[in-house]
Amino acid sequence: MRSYAQLALAGFRRYSNYRQAMFAGLAANVMFGLLRTAVMIAVVGAAPVAGYDVPAAVAYVWLGQGLLAFVQLWGDARLAGRIRTGDVVVDLYRPWHLQAALFAEDVGRAGFSLFVRLVPPVLVGALLFPFQWPEVAAWPLFAVSALLALVVSFGLRFLVNATAFWLLDSRGVESFHVVATSAFCGLGVPLSFFPDWAQDVLWATPFPAIIQAPIDVYLSHDPQWTALGHQLFWAVVLSVAGHLVLQRAVRKVVVQGG
Amino acid sequence: MGDRIYPKLVAARLRGQMSYRVSFALECLGQAFAQAIELVVILVVFSRVDALGGFSASEVVLLYAFAGTAFGIADLVAGQLNELPDYIRTGKFDVLLLRPLGTLPQVMASDVRLRRAGRVAAGIITMAFALTHNDIAWSPWTVLLVVVTPLAGAVIFSAVWIVACAVSFWLVEAQELANAVTHGSNSFTSYPITVYSGWLRRFMAFVVPGAFVAYYPGLALLGRADPLGGPAFLGWIAPLVALAAACVAGLVWRFAVRHYRGTGS
Amino acid sequence: MIEVRELCREFAVTTRTGRFRRTRRTVRAVDSVSFDVAAGEAVGYVGPNGAGKSTTIKMLTGILVPTSGHVRVSGVDPSRSRRELTRRIGVVFGQRSQLWWDLPLRDSFDLLRAIYRVGAADYARRLRECVELLELSGFLDRPVRQLSLGQRMRGEVTASLLHGPELLVLDEPTIGLDLESKERLREFLADLNTTRGTTLLLTTHDLDDIERLCPRLVVIDRGTVLADGPLEELRAEVAPERVLVVDLEKPADPLGDLAGVVAVRSELGGLRQHLTFRRDETTAAALIAAVATRAEVHDLVVEEPEIDDVVRRLYARR
Repeated sequence: MRSYAQLALAGFRRYSNYRQAMFAGLAANVMFGLLRTAVMIAVVGAAPVAGYDVPAAVAYVWLGQGLLAFVQLWGDARLAGRIRTGDVVVDLYRPWHLQAALFAEDVGRAGFSLFVRLVPPVLVGALLFPFQWPEVAAWPLFAVSALLALVVSFGLRFLVNATAFWLLDSRGVESFHVVATSAFCGLGVPLSFFPDWAQDVLWATPFPAIIQAPIDVYLSHDPQWTALGHQLFWAVVLSVAGHLVLQRAVRKVVVQGG
Repeated sequence: MGDRIYPKLVAARLRGQMSYRVSFALECLGQAFAQAIELVVILVVFSRVDALGGFSASEVVLLYAFAGTAFGIADLVAGQLNELPDYIRTGKFDVLLLRPLGTLPQVMASDVRLRRAGRVAAGIITMAFALTHNDIAWSPWTVLLVVVTPLAGAVIFSAVWIVACAVSFWLVEAQELANAVTHGSNSFTSYPITVYSGWLRRFMAFVVPGAFVAYYPGLALLGRADPLGGPAFLGWIAPLVALAAACVAGLVWRFAVRHYRGTGS
Repeated sequence: MIEVRELCREFAVTTRTGRFRRTRRTVRAVDSVSFDVAAGEAVGYVGPNGAGKSTTIKMLTGILVPTSGHVRVSGVDPSRSRRELTRRIGVVFGQRSQLWWDLPLRDSFDLLRAIYRVGAADYARRLRECVELLELSGFLDRPVRQLSLGQRMRGEVTASLLHGPELLVLDEPTIGLDLESKERLREFLADLNTTRGTTLLLTTHDLDDIERLCPRLVVIDRGTVLADGPLEELRAEVAPERVLVVDLEKPADPLGDLAGVVAVRSELGGLRQHLTFRRDETTAAALIAAVATRAEVHDLVVEEPEIDDVVRRLYARR
């Protein structure tokens, strides 16, 4: 367990080296936040829509802008790259569980982006626009929900990367993952704006667990326990699936020598 | 550009890409899908409200289609500039400097991401839909406007792309900043500029001349007056704005490369 | 062919001195360097890492603009007439490729032909020569990404010669190559220089490159020229010692008393001995004969001073 904590710390430090990139990313988040806020205010400004008034819509936009970096919504292809080059063999023969190790590192990365990419945009939104703060009781639930969002996001990214064990070039799958996640997670428009049937379909996928669920928990929309339950369910399913996939992949690498 | 060098470079890139067929097809589809998703967002919004910034659903879809098509073309032509930080880091840019051609066209032709064609296709289909669902007074002039607008928009977006990416010569790690400007201007132009306000509108509509990608030509096509009081001729000058933007981009690029060769790595 | 006078190049370097504080200072990577290369010469431009070699090369090829000083390459100012210069010179970077990664080698050549607008007849002739001399025919149709480093390097050299340059600049051309590839490349370059009169300027870490190719050496360190002259002269002047390493059949006492030996280092209890001798006092052959009278020799090798060693001595001497 200690070694995983070390890995998390290393992840934190690794990302803190890319300051320029972090600040550029923050500026990008804020820029999109401003654009999205304008559109959302135009939508809900006259009358609340589907439970969103202006302060709630502003909070929705800026939390989304912050969370997308925290959960690394656009994906990462580092593991896929290591699989393609064959370097992954080194990773597989280390005395760790690769999935757990990568998750530990991701927690470190997320920890760093919490300070640079999640909190600052939320503060910018709160300073510039009417902003809804959560009820006191919602804070700890939001923290849990954000962490579960990270687990689900990591679980999806791990599975997508792992396809590289079987596909020569997994970039197609990766780009599909990015598109599907950003479409169905509730980033563009709150999922409650969708027609009821579409909401049912969307909530049957893991994607809302990444952005919409933590925001719902924060805004105390709907029973918070259903959002958290949805997240927990997918966190477990994806983690187990990742474990099984990794097992098969290891067998493949060991038998076929990569 | 009079000779056949650039077509040759582009053709070479296409041959290279075709060696990964499945991935190519998936990415092409993914791009079309991505473009469609943004349309879904607009439609979902309009399932809850009747107007946005004073514009109806079919009008906003028209603006979005103009913007999306123009952005798709620009991505096809100028999207390779996203690789510039990598070129600078690995010294590939130096290799370009060792050839008897300009660096900007070389970078732009260094890869043609044909998969972005998916985005253009989705944009054109949406445009066809929007054109048939709006009340447009068809004349040779409006037809010309429909053809020219996405092209002028593509030039404007490409210019924005060049300027944004030229920042890499100073800040090698700041690619996301460039993305914010390029993709941000795409998002901005997909909605009527009446939705925005203050300095954000002034900056994105006129400094980055985003208002000329879809908004003003769209007004002219729909025969609507500008709710913000802009004169009617603004709808017809997008090609001039595009030309000016391209000149500025060329100058900025020259300045940036001069800085690179002066400061180096 | 190359004319360099008082060439300087400064860089601004920012270093993080505190958690948030950064200081900017100016570093002179190249500090009033002057030298000339006549048409038809082959010159080695050497120095340790960070000496300013690459910076000089970049200024000679028009990639970087000098801070001050005067450069003429092939009659033009590289920084002002970059495009014109590129048609007259060829450049090979050992660690950067000018080939198209996922295309067959032949396609890369074809593209370069279009870029440099080489006439069909000239192109065919030059390509035929290179294919023949560098033995490219076996992998001309293979994508560059599948080539071995040695094959790729031969492709790079060909690529830089297709437009018939009068000067070929090579930055570490043999780095990472196996012995056979190195040898083949050297042979080709030597031939290019002597029979076709192409001027060569190369930077390298490998003394053998210099020995095979370059009658003349320009040594640079910390941005300034330390020496300029024939290799033999430099070596005799600053590093007159060579080392004979002998492996003996049986351990023996140190053989430091042999004529001409100035130092001895004994390893493995006397089984291996490093005998440093002065080339002006004895020859390797004489010394080997002398050793053989004292002990049975199992194996031996004569070591030349490394290029870095020569440079270090040159530097220490100042």
